[in-house]
Amino acid sequence: MTHLGGAESTLFWFAAPLSVLGALTLLFARKAVHAAMGMAMTMILLGIFYITEQAEFLGIIQIFVYSGAVMMLFLFVVMLVGVDSSDSLVETIRGQRVAGLLFGLALLALTISGVARTTFPSFIGLDKANASGNVSGLANLIFGKYVWSFEVTSALLITAAVGAMLLAHRERLRPKLSQADWSRRRIREGVNVAGLPVPGVYARHNAVDTPALLPDGSISELSVSRVLKARGQVVNTQTLTAATEEFEESTGDSTQEEGGQQ
Amino acid sequence: MAVAASSMHALAMNTDHPAADFSDTPWWLSLIKAVLLFVILLLNTLLVIWFERRVIGRMQQRPGPNRAGPFGLLQTLADGVKLALKEDVTPKNADKLMFIAAPIIAGAMAFVAFAIIPLSGSVWMFGHHTPLQLTDTPVAVLLVLAVAGVGVYGIVLAGWSSGSTYPLLGGLRSSAQVISYEIAMGLALVAVFLYAGSMSTSQIVLAQKGIWYCIPAFFSFIVYIITMVGETNRLPFDLAEGEGELTGGFHTEYSSLKFAMFFLGEYVNMFTVSALATTLFLGGWQAPPGIAAIGGGMFNGGWWGLLWFFIKLWLFMFFFVWLRGSLPRVRYDQFMRLGWKVLIPTTLVWVVAVAFIRAAQLGFLGDSKAWGGIPRATLIVIAVIAVIVLAIAWVWDTKQARKDNEVTAPPDEVNPFAGGHPVPPLPGQRLVEPVPAIAAAPAARSSVDNHSEEPRG
Repeated sequence: MTHLGGAESTLFWFAAPLSVLGALTLLFARKAVHAAMGMAMTMILLGIFYITEQAEFLGIIQIFVYSGAVMMLFLFVVMLVGVDSSDSLVETIRGQRVAGLLFGLALLALTISGVARTTFPSFIGLDKANASGNVSGLANLIFGKYVWSFEVTSALLITAAVGAMLLAHRERLRPKLSQADWSRRRIREGVNVAGLPVPGVYARHNAVDTPALLPDGSISELSVSRVLKARGQVVNTQTLTAATEEFEESTGDSTQEEGGQQ
Repeated sequence: MAVAASSMHALAMNTDHPAADFSDTPWWLSLIKAVLLFVILLLNTLLVIWFERRVIGRMQQRPGPNRAGPFGLLQTLADGVKLALKEDVTPKNADKLMFIAAPIIAGAMAFVAFAIIPLSGSVWMFGHHTPLQLTDTPVAVLLVLAVAGVGVYGIVLAGWSSGSTYPLLGGLRSSAQVISYEIAMGLALVAVFLYAGSMSTSQIVLAQKGIWYCIPAFFSFIVYIITMVGETNRLPFDLAEGEGELTGGFHTEYSSLKFAMFFLGEYVNMFTVSALATTLFLGGWQAPPGIAAIGGGMFNGGWWGLLWFFIKLWLFMFFFVWLRGSLPRVRYDQFMRLGWKVLIPTTLVWVVAVAFIRAAQLGFLGDSKAWGGIPRATLIVIAVIAVIVLAIAWVWDTKQARKDNEVTAPPDEVNPFAGGHPVPPLPGQRLVEPVPAIAAAPAARSSVDNHSEEPRG
């Protein structure tokens, strides 16, 4: 701590508790999005720490790649999965939990033994390490001394990306119909030529879950999405027309009047 | 190999660190500069909203706001005060914490990136010689991208925390859009880094003393212009808040000051990307070529730099407004296809080409000179690129020609009721002799299934 400057230690004492708070949020937050945001905050603060340690490139890349891209994808998934979904406690693959635990312990042992056996060479100092500039120094290491491990890692990442694409890929059995194709098909078949009927508009209600009424007063099944129908979220039109009738009672039936005048 | 490595080393030594010298800048001066920057951005935002409405008005042959103050200049101020005094509504379903955090993130992050933009060279300010730039780092341009990446959180969280469908859809769209366009933008910037040999903004401006990078890195310039519109969610790419489909997108549920934060953030972001375009491609604060030569560069640098910088900045702002006034919104799938299938691959190829051109210029591919002292390697690289481009264009052309041949010309005469449904003739087509309607009707009916319709009227 003795080497820290005034500004640096002030920043540390502000940012360090915040990053710990972010990490704890990841562990203890009830909502998945809050946990993800806690993690994002910790990552951004880590980047800020790197920058104050004069590893500018590393710090910016930490924020750009981890917080900006990786964490954002994670947040995407969490949001799409839904707010209320809780973790399933059923094992989908038999023995998955035991295997996971064993592999985790093995990785832990490997890491500890690796870290324990590290010997640091004598430090050469930041000024000397950054003699050719922080970015160029890193570039010389990545594309010079460590180019082989760098390329192997990138090959691994590309393999993983291609694998993910393959798993998520769905073969199309028929060519995708465009808007024009749908229109042509409707006209050829002569059914619903002008498109499906729109949802109903009532005196006090106008939404996709309200079916339109046909001239005989029955419901047009085509006017609401079949998803809503399957979920049982279609609104009962009886109550809606009741409201309309109520209006007409107080104001008089305008349609009748118009008809009468003609 | 050893020669190449050492020359690379020498190149890096020259340009890795910022050219701007902050050694004579005490902390209070930095603070003053930060406050000034903030005020300038706020005032410019007030001005640009008025400017946008007036210019679009002119484009649509109507006056635009012209009541409050001279030429309606105070209209934005009045609107801003009104906006701040409105009721602040928080939906019942909203996630309170994130609902409040989102506009703060979006608003605050918009201002951060402007810190690294050089408004001009060094000037005397309160007895200190200091650059007109808040700060600069060896990775300054990357900082802009990183800050933009964090700023997206504001949009995503706003969409999610509102607890309603349209904002969620708008938020997802917007973040997908910003992330995918940031990839193309970052790739476009790589060409500039290769030319300048640095990612520090002051170095990049300095490196454009001879020629502005909008010429040698012309393709990057075009891609950057497209991506900057996508990145700021502006028309024709404002799909995240497409009124026709998503009411207001991610900020549908926001009102009062919270909405104002998003509004402010959007405009400040426009200034940031425009300032970055000015810095990276139009020579930053440097005077235009003719004026720069006058009086040994007396108009080039110092406080004059501010003038050139803001002229260039506002040219981009006008471009934004012009786009909004003339282009309709694109469809979302078309927009994403443009980003992933056109911009990213072509920019990747472009970066490789620029890398070869630069390598040849710097002598990595051999030092032999052809006629007139031009490096032979440069000529060979450019010739190879030209041949590849020509080959691609030729293949494209033949394919297009084959496709054109396949299209059969429409017949001269058309029966509008042939398909059972009335079809208007194409331009230049004649209708067949009209058949009496009563005779034609049963024939037309029979071709369609029994789609019995009572004659109306």
